Amino acid sequence: MTRFSPRAILLASAIAVAPLSAAWAETPADVLVVAHTIDDIISLDPAQSFEFSGNDVTQNLYSRLVDFDPLNLEAGFQPSLAEKWEVSEDGKTITLTLREGVTFQSGNPVRAEDAAWSLQRAVKLDKSPAFILTQFGLTPENVDQMVKADGNTVSITMDQPYAQSFVLNCLSASVASVIDKETVLQHVEGDDLGNAWLTTNSAGSGPYALAAWRPNEVVQLTAFENYFGGAPKMKRVIVKNVQESSAQRLQLEAGDIDVARNLTPSDIEGVTGKEGIVIKDEPRGRILYMGMSQRDPLLSQAPVQQAMRHLIDFEGMANSFLKGQWRIHQNFIPEGYLGASDENPWTYDIEAAKKILTDAGITGGTITTKVRDLREYLDVAQTLQASMAQAGLTLNIEQMTGAQVLDAYRAREVPIFLGEWGPDYADPQTNAGTFAWNPDNEGKGSTLAWRNSYAVPAAMQEAVKAATLEGDSDKRKQMYLDIQAEYRANAPILPLFQRVEQAAMRDTVKDWSAGGAVTSVMYHQVSKGE
Amino acid sequence: MTDLSTRPASTRDWLLSDAPSTRRQARLGALYQGWLTFRANTLAMVGLVILIGLVLMAIFAPWLSPYDPVAQNLGDRLMPPSGAHWLGTDALGRDILSRIIWGSRVTLFIVGTVALISPILGLLIGTVAGFAGGWVDQVLMRITDIFLAFPKLILALALVAALGPGIFNAVLALAITGWPPYARLSRAETLAVRHADYIAAARLQGAGPARLLVGHVWPMCVSSLIVRVALDMAGIILSAAGLGFLGLGAQPPLAEWGAMISDGRTYILDHWWVAAMPGLAIFIVSLAFNLLGDGLRDVLDPKGAKE
Amino acid sequence: MTRTAPTGGQALPPAGAAPVPALPPAPGSGRLAATGRRARALGGILLSLALTLLGLLLVTFIIGRVMPIDPVLKVVGERATPEQYEAARQAMGLDQPLAVQFLTYIGDVLRGDFGRSISTGHPVAEDLRRVFPATLELAAMGTLIGVLAGVPLGVVAAARRGGWVDQIARVAALVGYSMPIFWLGLMGLLVFYGILGWVGGPGRQDILYDGMVPEVTRLLLIDSALAGDWGAFRDAFGHIILPASLLGYFSLAYISRMTRSFMLEQLSAEYITTARVKGLSEGRVVWGHAFRNIAVPLVTVIALSFGSLLEGSVLTEIIFSWPGIGSYITKTLLAGDMNAVLGGTIVVGVCFIGLNVLSDLLYRFLDPRAA
Repeated sequence: MTRFSPRAILLASAIAVAPLSAAWAETPADVLVVAHTIDDIISLDPAQSFEFSGNDVTQNLYSRLVDFDPLNLEAGFQPSLAEKWEVSEDGKTITLTLREGVTFQSGNPVRAEDAAWSLQRAVKLDKSPAFILTQFGLTPENVDQMVKADGNTVSITMDQPYAQSFVLNCLSASVASVIDKETVLQHVEGDDLGNAWLTTNSAGSGPYALAAWRPNEVVQLTAFENYFGGAPKMKRVIVKNVQESSAQRLQLEAGDIDVARNLTPSDIEGVTGKEGIVIKDEPRGRILYMGMSQRDPLLSQAPVQQAMRHLIDFEGMANSFLKGQWRIHQNFIPEGYLGASDENPWTYDIEAAKKILTDAGITGGTITTKVRDLREYLDVAQTLQASMAQAGLTLNIEQMTGAQVLDAYRAREVPIFLGEWGPDYADPQTNAGTFAWNPDNEGKGSTLAWRNSYAVPAAMQEAVKAATLEGDSDKRKQMYLDIQAEYRANAPILPLFQRVEQAAMRDTVKDWSAGGAVTSVMYHQVSKGE
Repeated sequence: MTDLSTRPASTRDWLLSDAPSTRRQARLGALYQGWLTFRANTLAMVGLVILIGLVLMAIFAPWLSPYDPVAQNLGDRLMPPSGAHWLGTDALGRDILSRIIWGSRVTLFIVGTVALISPILGLLIGTVAGFAGGWVDQVLMRITDIFLAFPKLILALALVAALGPGIFNAVLALAITGWPPYARLSRAETLAVRHADYIAAARLQGAGPARLLVGHVWPMCVSSLIVRVALDMAGIILSAAGLGFLGLGAQPPLAEWGAMISDGRTYILDHWWVAAMPGLAIFIVSLAFNLLGDGLRDVLDPKGAKE
Repeated sequence: MTRTAPTGGQALPPAGAAPVPALPPAPGSGRLAATGRRARALGGILLSLALTLLGLLLVTFIIGRVMPIDPVLKVVGERATPEQYEAARQAMGLDQPLAVQFLTYIGDVLRGDFGRSISTGHPVAEDLRRVFPATLELAAMGTLIGVLAGVPLGVVAAARRGGWVDQIARVAALVGYSMPIFWLGLMGLLVFYGILGWVGGPGRQDILYDGMVPEVTRLLLIDSALAGDWGAFRDAFGHIILPASLLGYFSLAYISRMTRSFMLEQLSAEYITTARVKGLSEGRVVWGHAFRNIAVPLVTVIALSFGSLLEGSVLTEIIFSWPGIGSYITKTLLAGDMNAVLGGTIVVGVCFIGLNVLSDLLYRFLDPRAA
């Protein structure tokens, strides 16, 4: 089949004239230029940053007590600022010993006191990511007693003997970044613990320091030569905000950028095989799921929930508009996590769905739902709309901004919610604790289960709780597998796909890591060769 | 036969008579002369023909479109123009031609509604301000200025956000953001005729302000308003497309040209037809409205006429 | 309809928002010889300007509060517990009555404090100092291109009415009014940047020049020229030329049409006939007499066209990754970030009203017919 590409026609008729742009064949050898959508950053304070692209920055500005190795993410958390740790006999206190001789970018030494203060600060500020720490029983009132520095060790005391892996996974999260206390204390305004200043400045010991952040425009990082893990090879990292996939692609092809992180499946296809460009697929932790509100008279019926499992054209979507960027994943723990399951039993089968509905005496129904105005969601919603129509169910779609949909979702007013859940830290509890946790369905809550008015069975909630306390990793894994099997069978929340990030980059870029499923992008190991 | 062939000529003579004997004859005569001027303008006629085509397309959409505009086929997505799909298929495998044909209804609805609401709102506010004068004029014109100075986008976005998404609310938002220029235009026209002798004469005959406004001021404003509306039509289509672009216009799976382009822009580098076809449709219709508007200006606008 | 509609910078037909050509001299402005009257008129204009601005803010404020977009969510995020939510709401002062919130805001603005944006984390004033020059530079370049090409085109089209220049001008204008801008933008980027490599890519400058030129006006062309860094100048020019040409095209469509109709009006006037009878050359008749007389209305048309570009054209900004005020306001609006929206509205409103007043004044004081 012929494609009359305008490119070909124009290329043929193009006349070379002296270019106006200072067209550089490629970016400088020690500068990494990344195009990414970074308009969601609202703060670079680790105690507040909670957006994907914000964490992408803080990940590189700060070090944590434990961190991931970008070249071996499967190995799990590794010693970082803490070189070793031990757990008390009752399992409630974990004591970490700090590495000697590490300095902050300011030149101040990294002390146990800084680590303790950073954790205390995050708990006291109580911003969005604070729950990652407060779930261990830390509160603004007790945190000064529970988290203590002593010499070169810091100890954390918890209300329960939580699994060691659970605790350390949480300490690898951005919110647990170790901050330069002395520097921040010079910039405190009122009782903000330096929050306003840290929003737009950095005070860490990570491989990069913040050179500039111009919102919706650019983030510039400069290498910290004395980084304890060795001086980064890239002396500058520049992340440009480029919204349109086509614009990112043109810049990548022109050699003006090294990495394009938001190419659509269609543009990925377009650059595949182009000389000098390689694509790196990396499964991320985000799950695209569909929540069916149990307040909705139709969706609260078990047969409808079962029928819906057959009305989703998994293969069709994964092979078309989601191609390469979302893979079928019908479990709430993403691949790359302890206890992830690769069972995907639901299949697209209109007849089966019809039969389930007919057997239950359901002949039709109408649902009006709100969908966020992102193209992927809308495409998924329209595909669902078409297949539901075949089974006699009418789906009306109202597209809205993210904020509006979220607002309605928080008020439990979205009948069919299509959205993503990204893990907050590298432990399965981050997803189990929201998909399968709803202690007070009648009262106030904020978990996914609550927002879908799904009264999680008591037995399942107990299992979720027990899994956080299980010290044996193999047993813990099995517990999560069991929970998910039960969830697949009966829950009204359907995990559909897991995100795969396709970063297209110049082939000179080596060792790129967006952080896999467990963490955020890391730059210090990246190099550029020939 | 002679009888039949002479009658049109005599009707023509009657219409073009220098000395119309009735008011009706005079009015029809003026209209006819306008039509003659208009018909002589080839480009304007082209515009008119295109628009008539658009209306016919909208009316006969169910018979004209080869496929169901919302029927998906993920296996046949992003197919280039071919014998089976003259204009290709979109990202969900829907036939673009069918969606464009059905989309003409949406486009006509948008243009028609906005072109009705905005000028009427503007006419009302502008003529009242101009006719009443004094503080009424001051207040109304300040309000007009405020809306004029408002970043249009914010107003439209905020209105749609407040009213809820949907094609009807988008239209309403466009209409509400669109009235100020019409108000200023109507006011200017009103000021020009306010002290005219014929108004004074009507006043002397005992006509009240409302009567004067409706019966004597409005007709004076209408022709320049029509010209401006015709010229604004293209802008309305493009604005609606802009709202569609921001996801605030037509709701899926309704085929709306603007939303179709915005869906297609993702594929612009490799599958150009997805955005280009609805883009072309918008371009052609906008052009037709502009041509028509230009022609109408020649006929109706006494100042800019005789081009 | 409005000239800068949600499509962002789509220039609409001559009808546009430009009220000036249709605006008759204000009643009583026939004889404005006395300076005292001028001063009083000026005072009145300033007062109405202030009132308009206040009204603008009030409307924006009300819209912001009526809009069902919750700013607190942007701050606390998706995972927040009801307690965190409530705490943030109070910290933002949203639990206060609306009137109190508005007065507090006005008070802060009068003290020069525009507050902090919740969606960028930066003080709004700082954001505006960053995004407005970007838009200003783009709008100025666009208008410049529109004027340089549109005015001669309009004059020649009028002088040789019905000739080929006239036809080209008409077609160019009609096509300009009828094109979806993002289609043109993406195609332009593909052709001139992607394939031909004549111009710079998206963004205001190449990363190599980022931060290399001292910031004075924050207009990159001027700053780099001041610093004598011609490499940076060339780079900035290469980046601005494409989006500016696009915007310029839409301005051109409007300006050339307006120029043409002003010129036609002049050329049919008696004094022109007299001049012709006196045997002046056609060039002197057109440029020396007729054109001089349309200067004032033309300047007002240009000012208003410039004003509408200053609102920022969102789509152009998105496509060219241009960090301007249009996308800033849109983005913050959709996040319910009212400090940023109000700040942006003040800037845009002041510009628009200012240009309006300026053209009004020009009309009243300079137009020979109004005097």
